[in-house]
Amino acid sequence: MTAMQAVMRREFRSYFGTPLAYVFLCVFLWAAAFGAFKDQLFEMRDANLRVFFSYLPWLFAFLAPAIAMRTWAEERRTGTVELLLTLPVTVRQAVLGKFFAGWAVFAIALLLTTPIVFSVEYLGDPDYGPIFAGYLGALLMSGAYLAIGTFFSALTKNQVIAFIVAAVVCLILVFLGQPSMIATLDEFPLTSWLAPFVEQMSFAVHFDLLQRGVIELRNIVFPLVVIAAFLICSVVILNEQKAR
Amino acid sequence: MIQVDKITKRFGPITAADQIEFEVQRGEVLGFLGPNGAGKSTTMKILTCFLAPDSGTARVGGHDILQDPIAVRRAVGYVPENAPLYDDMTVASFLGFVCEVRGIPGTEARAAIDRVLSQCALQGVEHQTIDTLSKGYKRRVGLAQAFLHDPDILILDEPTDGLDPNQKHDVRELIRGMGQDKCIIISTHILEEVDAVCSRAIIIAQGRVLADATPAELKAKGDGKLETFFRRITLGDLVPAGGAA
Repeated sequence: MTAMQAVMRREFRSYFGTPLAYVFLCVFLWAAAFGAFKDQLFEMRDANLRVFFSYLPWLFAFLAPAIAMRTWAEERRTGTVELLLTLPVTVRQAVLGKFFAGWAVFAIALLLTTPIVFSVEYLGDPDYGPIFAGYLGALLMSGAYLAIGTFFSALTKNQVIAFIVAAVVCLILVFLGQPSMIATLDEFPLTSWLAPFVEQMSFAVHFDLLQRGVIELRNIVFPLVVIAAFLICSVVILNEQKAR
Repeated sequence: MIQVDKITKRFGPITAADQIEFEVQRGEVLGFLGPNGAGKSTTMKILTCFLAPDSGTARVGGHDILQDPIAVRRAVGYVPENAPLYDDMTVASFLGFVCEVRGIPGTEARAAIDRVLSQCALQGVEHQTIDTLSKGYKRRVGLAQAFLHDPDILILDEPTDGLDPNQKHDVRELIRGMGQDKCIIISTHILEEVDAVCSRAIIIAQGRVLADATPAELKAKGDGKLETFFRRITLGDLVPAGGAA
């Protein structure tokens, strides 16, 4: 058992030791099912999960910061960070352990949405390629949001601030890919060159392509790069606090 | 086992530790005395690699705090000030977590947990959630997690703070018993505690070491009272030479 696994197990249990994970799962599953079956699914007369997946970037933008906000802010507020970081565990192991614990909660949440897949199977003959790709994309996207949430949690002692800032950043990253946003940028000669670049910065765009079944390397690499970047920044910030 | 070499740490305009230098050998219980804000906790945080010093270094258990912080943390048992704990865990699962992080395998971990539970008189609350415990129990859970890996070096930041007189007595007995073959640093501002457990005492104020001697020697300098000497040396420093006081 490495120190990182120990941290991960403790964090994971702590999500389920408090109401946090249960509240999160209930809210998520209710919202996901509501989104999936809200009128359009039946009107389209096509057995797929497009409607369900199209809600996820928005839903996760609120839920991931809620899961991530306590990771470091809470430890700093209660002083347990001093306990944790004087045990033989490096900052990197601690950051990764906490991150994977949060990600596991999201993996469980996504796993619990499989009844929606069964419903679609019952209603028609779905193409499982895009569904699989959609789930892969959703998992990667939740990891990227969590990493962003972890970073802002490492910056502050205040969980509420960590939540709000992380949610705003996540939402901006979704908004960037909205057709209206891209169209606006395209309209002006001064900013039109930015449009394709900005489009590539959006979670929604990469996720949308994945859930259509387009598994391209960049659509998988993009969230992984976001995860790596924000986790590295978290490690740097936490080490910096040590030197102050 | 601990050599501190000219550690300096500043927080903005405040110098929390100013060229601090001392050594502690095996078998010694070193008392860290000083008024609040003197730099006791800062020094301890540096020795346990929670904070990095601005300059200077230290060797703890043969490992340099800057070069090999993980080895230092393995060698040391540390109780931070106020003994922060994961309140949502039970005592047993919390101690189990510390064993896991310290890499103590399953069967040994069980034995280690049983040992510290009896050392710190925690039997009976092991399945209770930590935030339901009284302050005295929480303190002792904080001590228990530091004893789990039976470290040679213990760094205890005000370990008896918040305990009732009986519990204070028990903890001091425990520390004195361990002091025989370990190296212990204990910070306190309770002067009687120094008399009770320490084989040597260091007085620091404003980040500087002002005295380093046995409790008996310090008392002798204070006309037979530790308190007199403590007041003289810590307050005297604040009063400018030739000042009105």
